[in-house]
Amino acid sequence: MTTQLPIKHLLGIKGLEASHIQTIFETADNFKSLLNGPVKKTPALRDITIANLFFENSTRTRVSFELAEKRLGADIVNFSSSSSSVKKGETLIDTVNNILSMKVDMVVMRHPAPGACVFLSKYIDAQIVNAGDGTHEHPTQALLDAFSIREKFGDVAGKKIVIIGDILHSRVALSNIYCLQLLGAEVMVCGPATLIPKNIHHLGVSVTHTLQDALKWCDVANVLRIQLERQDERHFPSLKEYSSLYGLTLERLKGLDKEICIMHPGPINRGVEISSDVADGEHSIILQQVENGVAVRMAVLFLLGQQRL
Amino acid sequence: MSQPKLLISQAKFDLIVKRFALQLIEIHGDFANSAMIGLQPRGVNLAKRILDVITELQPENSLRYGELDHTFFRDDIGRGEIFMPKRSTINFSTEGLQIIMVDDVLYTGRSVRASIDALMSFGRPKQIELMVLVDRRFKRELPISPNYVGVEVDSRSTGEHVKVDWSETLQQVWLLSNKE
Repeated sequence: MTTQLPIKHLLGIKGLEASHIQTIFETADNFKSLLNGPVKKTPALRDITIANLFFENSTRTRVSFELAEKRLGADIVNFSSSSSSVKKGETLIDTVNNILSMKVDMVVMRHPAPGACVFLSKYIDAQIVNAGDGTHEHPTQALLDAFSIREKFGDVAGKKIVIIGDILHSRVALSNIYCLQLLGAEVMVCGPATLIPKNIHHLGVSVTHTLQDALKWCDVANVLRIQLERQDERHFPSLKEYSSLYGLTLERLKGLDKEICIMHPGPINRGVEISSDVADGEHSIILQQVENGVAVRMAVLFLLGQQRL
Repeated sequence: MSQPKLLISQAKFDLIVKRFALQLIEIHGDFANSAMIGLQPRGVNLAKRILDVITELQPENSLRYGELDHTFFRDDIGRGEIFMPKRSTINFSTEGLQIIMVDDVLYTGRSVRASIDALMSFGRPKQIELMVLVDRRFKRELPISPNYVGVEVDSRSTGEHVKVDWSETLQQVWLLSNKE
């Protein structure tokens, strides 16, 4: 084991070191073998209570965190903003402090505002795990993506990974860029110019606007969804046009002289950014990503949770 | 105690390992329904050496072997020390098997309690036995007793600890004061 995880919160991948990520992966390896056994539960965090605060819709991340928490034996409370006093005008700090006064040790939060988790960490005592904050970061998604690449290839270092799609609005893209680079991978982003931040090359990634060039270059293609809910203006003429230029189809992959690994953080818009035959094809590890998500989140919660009790 | 005390010399260590192997062959026969589980981290070293001797003495045995980490089942998580798990490698179901758990030193019994819980994650064994190189029998905090013991140490002092050297060429066990 390389080192421990000397952080109180997981607010983003930025600020972590490669050794921290290796620690998380090695712990997740253990949880994954546990999850594949007949009894999937441990009492490791039986003394702690975790609040899942979801101020934004989620299926995978929320179920994944809930399963991870339950399998670690933690007590959990779930909160979604649509059925809460947030609708009555309560502030974020008030909402969270009220929940914490009921003796909650850890908060897993998703919020539409970038930086919401960082902000909250300055004002409350509990540990915070960022489950996605606006267009900022989604650290556990990046960790499980990198963990899945490591599982597929044995190592992330030296691999060429292209992130395709709506980079501008994607927290997954940003966290993935930080995480993959820390682990020694080369990262390229691909999409229409209007959906790629104009200074993104400062992060050390290469940029292309041609899907076929990206596919020729890469070992792994991580395909992102078009985040229509975050777009307050039109960035491309139509979904049909986007799909014809940037949609990953079997025909495009067949034109290559190699096999590339296909990833998608979900939710998938079939027929837009990726066709069904690619998403369900033999080179897709989309469902392995979801499976690994529970083990990686168990690792993060275990490593943070045991610091606190 | 000022001078380190040699509890087990290399010669005695070899004798104990051979005795363990012979005892297991006597009790478990051809090991058709048995599995040996080395407890991480140091029980694994002892288990592998016993396994080697069993294979020498009885080449056709069918003893299954696995390694178990109990970190996630400890009762002191979040109480100061930060624990990092080692890998559990048990590639078979323990359902209905007679398990021999192997560890180097039995002290408070808490690791063994956690290991029993961890082992239950892999199925419901018919029986679990415990084999230890050193039993500090007066320091138990839980009602746990080994089935096979290398040596017993009767020291009641909390200022002493048992150190096992596990180099490739030399295996020795010392009783040291905590300052050493």
